[in-house]
Amino acid sequence: MIAIVDYDIGNLGAIENMLARLGAKAAITNDAEKIRSATGLILPGNGSFDACMCGLRATGLLPTIEKRVFDAKVPILGICVGAQMIGKGSEEGNEKGLGWVDMTAHKFPASPALRVPHMGWGSVRVTQRTDPIGSALEPDSRFYFVHSYYLKPAFRHNVILEANYGFDFAAGVVEGNIYGVQFHPEKSHRFGKSLLRAFKDLCG
Amino acid sequence: MIPRVIPCLLLRDRGLVKTVQFGSDVYIGDPVNAVRIFNDKEVDELIFLDIDATREGRGPDLEIIYEIAGESFMPVAYGGGISTFEDAQRVIRAGVEKVVINSTAYRSLDVIREVSAVYGAQAVVGAVDAKKALLGGYKLYSRSGTREEKVKLTDHIAALVDAGVGEVFVNSIDRDGKMSGYDIELIRRVSSATPTPVIACGGAGSVADLAEAVEKGGASAVAAGSIFVFRGKHKAVLINYPRGAFVDVS
Repeated sequence: MIAIVDYDIGNLGAIENMLARLGAKAAITNDAEKIRSATGLILPGNGSFDACMCGLRATGLLPTIEKRVFDAKVPILGICVGAQMIGKGSEEGNEKGLGWVDMTAHKFPASPALRVPHMGWGSVRVTQRTDPIGSALEPDSRFYFVHSYYLKPAFRHNVILEANYGFDFAAGVVEGNIYGVQFHPEKSHRFGKSLLRAFKDLCG
Repeated sequence: MIPRVIPCLLLRDRGLVKTVQFGSDVYIGDPVNAVRIFNDKEVDELIFLDIDATREGRGPDLEIIYEIAGESFMPVAYGGGISTFEDAQRVIRAGVEKVVINSTAYRSLDVIREVSAVYGAQAVVGAVDAKKALLGGYKLYSRSGTREEKVKLTDHIAALVDAGVGEVFVNSIDRDGKMSGYDIELIRRVSSATPTPVIACGGAGSVADLAEAVEKGGASAVAAGSIFVFRGKHKAVLINYPRGAFVDVS
């Protein structure tokens, strides 16, 4: 079962819907027992970085999640702000991130040509074909993005996907069993389905 | 960045309709069936507007929103009858990504402020319906085009942005259903009044019109009704979605 971590931040039904279409067992949950027994975790995130970090901490689930991620090496996928949360922090707020991946989130400079938030479909380039998720994407994949802050990993080896909005930025990151994607696979048609299928397969 | 091309679908009595100048309507079909077809066509995004909710003094029809959202593998925005934060929250919990706020914003900006603070600016679309004024400029209307508002277009846009909308949706009442092209001047005025993305709506009759709203109007996304639900001179109902209106230039 894949547990979608619920800390009351809006619509998680779409993720559950798409996993169900892929034949994966998934549950939106804040139950520590379910998180302990899950073979995969999804960390969603919507809204502001600080609100998400505070909301997640308030559930008291973090020690359980970290135990699963670091001891049992259960795959985890951060989506959107969830992907920013696995880094060290964000220019958007003052809260510390989880610090699992050496990266921070930075604000897009606004210009008349490139409005902020970056909202819409963007092409994604796979920068690590050897990665199980990177290698599973369809050619010419495009995904739905909604964000004002972008991921900036310290090391190139953490980047698996790149997109462009005025400049190239990391659209997908990895550190062992920890994944993060800036876009919304659950809202990206068959391209998102391929990605979530690859993640589901990683979860066994 | 590829400009988004967004079918804007109108809900009435649990069915889909298409209006002309916010007036006479034609029945299109069942909304959930339409979503399934638009899924197959891999549309960029969908906007649903319940054009009767506010005027009938009722809140959003959560059952139909839940059904629509459950079938959508693309982002969905919903508007109509959202007059409190709780309305917006129920709509978001029913499964949509964005709430569209129009009439309520003329009375109070609190709903926009609260939704933006709790769910983020990307979850709130500020919508305006405008008509060309006789002596130049534009007049704004609420309640599906039935009530004239006194506030100036650019002042209202600034207020929406200040309250925290992540996007502005602008619809031309004059052009609605006419398929004669967008009101480029209107779109230009709105896009120069906000740093957020702008969704242009009202009047698209061809793929060339879509491009014009972006290139000349400065829109970041284009919405339309008729071109996605009608085909041919006699406007036979046929759900369709033109691909390749835009190419990725990034």
